[in-house]
Amino acid sequence: MNLKELVTGAPGDRQFLLGNEAAVRGVIEAGVSIAATYPGTPSSEIGNVLSVLAKDANIYFEFSTNEKVAMEVAATAAASGLRSFTFMKHVGMNVASDSFMTTAYSGVNGGMVILSADDPSLFSSQNEQDTRNYARLANVPVLEPSNCQEVKDMVKYAFELSEQFGIPVIVRTTTRVSHMRGVVEFGDKKDNSSNNDNHWKRGHFDKDPSKYVPVPAFAGDMHVRLWDKVHKLEEITNKSEYNRELDFAGDKKYALISSSSAFNYAHDVVKFNELDVDILKLGFSYPFPQDLVAEFLAEKDEVFIVEEVDPIIERDVLATIGAKGLNVNVHGKLDGTFPLYHEFNSDVVSEGLNKILGFKEDENISYSASLEKLQEDIPGRAPVLCAGCPHRAMYYGINKAIDELGLTSADVIFASDIGCYTLGINPPYNCADYLLSMGSSVGDGCGFSVSTDQKVASFIGDSTFFHSGISPLINAVHNKHNFVLTVLDNRITAMTGGQPNPGIPVDGMGDDAPEVSIRKLALACGCDYVRVINPFNLEQVVKTYKEAFERDDTAVIISKAPCTLIKGLTKKPPVKFVENNCNNCDKCVSELACPAISKINGKITIDESQCDGCNVCMQVCKYGALEAGR
Amino acid sequence: MKMDNHYCIYICGVGGQGIIKTSTIIGEAAMNQGLDVVMSEIHGMSQRGGSVSTELKIGGYNSSIIPNKGADMLLSFEPIETIRGLDKVNSETKIVYNTHPIVPSSSDKAYPSVDSITESLKENFNHVLPIDGTKLAIDAGSVLALNMVLLGAVTADENFPLSKDSVIEAMKNNLKPKFHGMNLKAIESGYKSIKG
Repeated sequence: MNLKELVTGAPGDRQFLLGNEAAVRGVIEAGVSIAATYPGTPSSEIGNVLSVLAKDANIYFEFSTNEKVAMEVAATAAASGLRSFTFMKHVGMNVASDSFMTTAYSGVNGGMVILSADDPSLFSSQNEQDTRNYARLANVPVLEPSNCQEVKDMVKYAFELSEQFGIPVIVRTTTRVSHMRGVVEFGDKKDNSSNNDNHWKRGHFDKDPSKYVPVPAFAGDMHVRLWDKVHKLEEITNKSEYNRELDFAGDKKYALISSSSAFNYAHDVVKFNELDVDILKLGFSYPFPQDLVAEFLAEKDEVFIVEEVDPIIERDVLATIGAKGLNVNVHGKLDGTFPLYHEFNSDVVSEGLNKILGFKEDENISYSASLEKLQEDIPGRAPVLCAGCPHRAMYYGINKAIDELGLTSADVIFASDIGCYTLGINPPYNCADYLLSMGSSVGDGCGFSVSTDQKVASFIGDSTFFHSGISPLINAVHNKHNFVLTVLDNRITAMTGGQPNPGIPVDGMGDDAPEVSIRKLALACGCDYVRVINPFNLEQVVKTYKEAFERDDTAVIISKAPCTLIKGLTKKPPVKFVENNCNNCDKCVSELACPAISKINGKITIDESQCDGCNVCMQVCKYGALEAGR
Repeated sequence: MKMDNHYCIYICGVGGQGIIKTSTIIGEAAMNQGLDVVMSEIHGMSQRGGSVSTELKIGGYNSSIIPNKGADMLLSFEPIETIRGLDKVNSETKIVYNTHPIVPSSSDKAYPSVDSITESLKENFNHVLPIDGTKLAIDAGSVLALNMVLLGAVTADENFPLSKDSVIEAMKNNLKPKFHGMNLKAIESGYKSIKG
């Protein structure tokens, strides 16, 4: 499919879309004018697609420096009467939460929708937090799509709801919804054509401090107004078409309540095993539709609650049963029927249901001894730093410097951060000892430097530095902390698929943009030692680290070299192996661990399809067995 | 639980082999034939040379994840990734795999011989179909056509509910015209390698 069809597609067209692409079509159908994000898996493709389509779709789109800024861009757009959209991965909500909480109080004029993508089973995240907790914390509605069609439809509906009640609305997905592909039928588009020379429409902000400035004198009333909205929304959720009953049961004994991706597994297990269980699917799950749930459970004896990840619906169901005086047994996460962590699948759901319903036969499948041995013995294939990745040279170099200074790895604490470079945790680099969140490496450097006598080396990427590395760097200088901060500036937001950031001269819509200098920022923060180095020059890397470690202030080293995955880079020819010169020291394999170099049948082998000629291995080999390709 | 027009394919291999594109083409072809189809893919940290898998389910499924032992076909782009995908197969699953290894650099464990993989699979499963997809791709014009060879192999299974023509149509809609000739050749050679 050509992505442009997300803009040009007519009502009734059908496309096979990724959940994240379906979200973009929902945004386009809703007539959004302003969209902002900070990229994060599993939500990243929404930004990648919007970045390409924004101008055609009359949308202003930006990659903001972090999720809080993105939230603020969307909130002010909505206060100015425009429809606005912000989206992020679940932990992005933590960053955005300060402004998000107030947006719930102040409310919106134009519709404002926040899509937050959870990551049960942590495919690429540091935790499994459940965004639905934020809906309850802030008292804003949450919609939970289960498939791509619902992603599109619910995003669109969320804008109508937001505008109707003057409240931001959360659309919560999971990895399996954002990264599901399915058939999506397009609907009508609301007109969002521009009323000025720019490609997106402008709104107008009508001043009203009692609504928009939460000083104590006003914020108390804002909270009262918020609850008025929540009570009105309860009437809607009790009748919403997104909260619907699926009738599978002949008798009335068993019920099941589910939402999001978990519903898909529950549905398939009940359907394909022909179980006598009625299902209530909650697509609009907060404010909790208590009357609807009470009615659904009235005649039932047992109810299963199938949800990912926290037992949120389950607690609301228990509260409903208590409040309405029902007599129903609840089987969910709290009684151990289902696990309290990780994503579900049909097998997990069917095992849980089986504990009460007993429908499954034991299947004991065993394989031949040779296959079982193969299963145990096959090599793993964990993600690694790419061949030609500049981070590898830095990790190799810092270990070398530590060694040459007569230190051991135990003498240096490596505070890591969020990005590809977290892969430095792996041997032989072992360069990640502590990690909390985006930007934490800098604050962690501050803490370790006063709490221990160990040396501290913090690593942060360019995009992560802009995201939340700058204010802790000011803290480090002002409070006289002693550590070495490396900014791994690979000229892109690499981990999430290559989005631009303020360090490069292009913005989220592909236009020219001022390039913000990390070096000047570090100097302006007050750092006396700021060095910009070429990571592919190992001698310079080692020398600079040795110098920086001997200092007693906050030293900043900026490793500046583009990510090897950036399209259009000219690559050097692959390195050649000169067998006669090889001394079998194996350092190129064991200390550099480049995926393009392996030892096969006792001989060093260069994978020419991977090697991009970064030539770092040539500097590691003392015997001249690796030489530049021609 | 086997029903007409229900078909689940588990596709696995190594990041960069064109697995997601292959799956999307099958999904789009299913949609064009008027069938219900859902697919699951994983992005992000799982790339960077790591194992990659997608799951594709044709028929009236809501969930895009194939239950254990539930695949009708395991389509593997790499020998040891076949072994990693075995949770999804049963004795009747068609196991089609490329015999060309990609040796992981991040592991200390030795890479097993491909013959031993084939032998062990044949001891346990009834439809084990190794093909030298990489060679067929090179013969068709480029090693990058491996995914098209394997796409052709899928269409050769008599239970596969989509026609080869509709898969070819979807391929044309998803890939650049200048590669169509090579891709068609690759699809044909993959098809013949199974059909004989």
